[in-house]
Amino acid sequence: MALPEDDPATASAEAAAEAPLVEAPADTVAGEVVLRLTDLVKTFPGVRALDGVQLEVRAGEVHCLLGQNGAGKSTLIKVLAGVHQPDSGLVEWRGEPISFANPQAAMRAGIATIYQELDLVEDLSVAENAFLGHEYRRFGFIRRGSMARHTRQILGRLGHGEIPPGRMVRSLPAAGKQIVSMARALSHEARLIIMDEPSAVLAHDEVGNLFRIIRELTAQGIAVIYISHRLEEIREIGDRVTVLKDGRTTAANLPARDTPTRDLVSRMTGRTIEYVFPDHPTDDTAGAELLQVEGLTRTGEFADVSLTVRAGEIVGIAGLVGSGRSELLETIYGARLAEAGTVRMDGKVLRPGVGAAVRAGMGMAPEERKSQALLLGEPIYRNVTLATFGRYARLGFTDAAKERAEADRIAETLELRPRDVDRPVRTLSGGNQQKVVVGRWLLGGTKLLLLDEPTRGVDVGARAELYQVIRSLAAQGVGVLLVSSEVPEVLGLADRVLVMREGRVVREAAAGELDENTVLDLVMAGSLMEGAPA
Amino acid sequence: MSDATPTPTATPERPQLPAQSPPVDPAETAVAGDKAAGAGRLSWWRGDGGDGAKRNLGLIGVLAALIVVGAITKPDLYGDPNWVWNNVLAILQLASVVGVVTVGMTFVIIGGGIDLSVGAIVALAGVWCTTVATQNYGAGGMIFTALLVGICVGLVNGVLISYGRLVPFIATLAMLVAARGLAASISNKQTQVSSSTFINDIAARKVLGIPILVYILGAVVVAGWVLLNRTTFGRRTIAVGGNPEAARLAGINVRRHTMLLYALSGLCCGIAAIMLTSQATSAQAAMANLYELDAIAAAIIGGTLLSGGRGTIVGSLLGVIIFATITNLFAINGLSIEAQNMVKGGIIVAAVLIQQFQFKSVTRLLARNRVTTAT
Repeated sequence: MALPEDDPATASAEAAAEAPLVEAPADTVAGEVVLRLTDLVKTFPGVRALDGVQLEVRAGEVHCLLGQNGAGKSTLIKVLAGVHQPDSGLVEWRGEPISFANPQAAMRAGIATIYQELDLVEDLSVAENAFLGHEYRRFGFIRRGSMARHTRQILGRLGHGEIPPGRMVRSLPAAGKQIVSMARALSHEARLIIMDEPSAVLAHDEVGNLFRIIRELTAQGIAVIYISHRLEEIREIGDRVTVLKDGRTTAANLPARDTPTRDLVSRMTGRTIEYVFPDHPTDDTAGAELLQVEGLTRTGEFADVSLTVRAGEIVGIAGLVGSGRSELLETIYGARLAEAGTVRMDGKVLRPGVGAAVRAGMGMAPEERKSQALLLGEPIYRNVTLATFGRYARLGFTDAAKERAEADRIAETLELRPRDVDRPVRTLSGGNQQKVVVGRWLLGGTKLLLLDEPTRGVDVGARAELYQVIRSLAAQGVGVLLVSSEVPEVLGLADRVLVMREGRVVREAAAGELDENTVLDLVMAGSLMEGAPA
Repeated sequence: MSDATPTPTATPERPQLPAQSPPVDPAETAVAGDKAAGAGRLSWWRGDGGDGAKRNLGLIGVLAALIVVGAITKPDLYGDPNWVWNNVLAILQLASVVGVVTVGMTFVIIGGGIDLSVGAIVALAGVWCTTVATQNYGAGGMIFTALLVGICVGLVNGVLISYGRLVPFIATLAMLVAARGLAASISNKQTQVSSSTFINDIAARKVLGIPILVYILGAVVVAGWVLLNRTTFGRRTIAVGGNPEAARLAGINVRRHTMLLYALSGLCCGIAAIMLTSQATSAQAAMANLYELDAIAAAIIGGTLLSGGRGTIVGSLLGVIIFATITNLFAINGLSIEAQNMVKGGIIVAAVLIQQFQFKSVTRLLARNRVTTAT
């Protein structure tokens, strides 16, 4: 980034001013309203994911949705795509109240969704993917010829007539796969296409192409809901912006091009739910350097990352999904192999592999609790002792009584509810499951705790408790390296903050020196501006 | 031991002198001690989950139903306790070889894998231990060879799967073909007669009226149960099969453990090879044909989840015994093997359907709860 990094607000404002303003037909915004959401509410156990969302999308516009992680964007998309059904509120589609029982219904109505993880079948051809689920058939036989012809026509409409319909999707680059996803949307005669962070999988020059396609689609009267964390993209492609915060619409139909960045950011922050963070220790209690990472690199994930964590210190990494933060954490933990760089614990270089990291005193609570950390059907105590049961064993025989007692002690310290350690972990709430994962590492004399999104899917009350647990661990001399996409969490909990964007650490400072807006600006700053001139 | 002597005297005295009995009464402290132990830990031999136990009760129900069917069809035979006892032993003996293989298979499946090569390993180990050269070393040499061959072939499977990253199905399918080929080549397609009376006696002899083969099955089952439920090896098996990523991130060496699971299965095959050789007093490349299917079916009926992470040794044993009982029942009634196979197929489907039904009803219940909490 050529711009000075110490004043990110100005930097992005300038970048915005320099952004090439493309001729956007302002009158298309005046097209008929195709979709209107009124007071949409959707709750999950313990979470009110949508809490009164208003949204109005007109034909031929690019309507941008903006909001922090957990603001409810994903849930909103899933409601529109027919995956979830709203608890209350009104969905009007082309003037008529409607509710989609399943994704097929939404698709038939003309709403297509392009998810970030493209849902293509890699080993089918482009045409077969485009018409997946509604193939042209005659007497049960697929009419390959007419399907290929129609696919070619759609691809031509997307400006990608060069992609052969018979090509296997696996062999296409990410940008090509996205085109196929869009072709699928058009094969359904979609009137509204929802794109969830479409630029996240694309290289810089491919984003321009994506934008050209989006403009062509909107010129044909198709409405697009565009979700992105990159403000610069929103300024370039968007017509209007709706901002979500904590499941609520905080601002609707702002002009995408000339709403000041500070306005947008402030509507995304300043939450109504105030998280209670434990106080930072007043004096510097941190001890010797525990973890030293130097020049750690994995191509395509993160590059040349150096950081240290001292005993008793909480270091937070702020960054978006895809900024390389989770990958960095897993590499430090030995679960991924570093291509370059070293990881030192207590001054000693770690050998690769999780086993070595655990023996050196590391513990990790991974991002995906259920798929990466827990044996859901097994009792709580066995999950708590998953990393340590070998230590309680004598001659290879496990000591279930000792394990139960230890797990019980942990359950009491962490105020696990319910306290019964023989229950399967499946029956616990998200917050309590997270306590089980964190508790696992309290048993083994862990010196450094790596926490990846520790409060994802955890309700507000349990969050405060988790924060308290993490802080008290640090007070006992445990070093903590914390990754979170929620900026307030990083700022509120950590002593020192690293900001990551696109695989690099762009800022390091004491938590007290940063505020939420500054960090948000840093993590969301437009990547387009960096790549374009090169 | 010194406390043990007053106990018998103290106990009968207590009803006579209730007022006198002090709190330090050894009998009472013993009871209190038991209670404390019971609170801290369940008794050593008791399982942890009520879930598996319930499933096993269902299997015992099936077994009981089969016995009732037998009693109805052949009331004269079932009226003779002598015949019934002998028939029970016959069923257990019938189940013994496949039972031993199934114990190994259960570990592999709980660990998230599958071993299609067990029948072939039994054949290879059987053939290898009955070659003239091996038989020269006597019974000890033969047993050693069978076990070693089993372990080594299992290790090859394990290395291919965990370090060569082959899918278990493919690696063990290849081993199925290759091991039978090697067995045929070693034996020159001949039946090799075992001349060791020690080996041949294993199947022929009884101790306390029970065939030695049944003792071997019992020993392997008990060892397997202890290994699965009371050792770190068993705990790792469940973790590796239930959630390999979680196991890996908890610092468990998933690859090494996966490899050891196949070696364990191979070891069980080696034991089974000796048993089968002893039964036939010979070995040949075609022996133990389709044992892999019997073992997998028995494990599945016993409630072992094919995707790993869940299963019980007792369930697998019951699965094997149910199969043997069906075979026995059809033999008594003089029915064809064809009909028998159809019933076996039906039982596999029924067992899995019942398990799925349980799972579904649970998830449906959870979904209903979610709706009620939402409103």
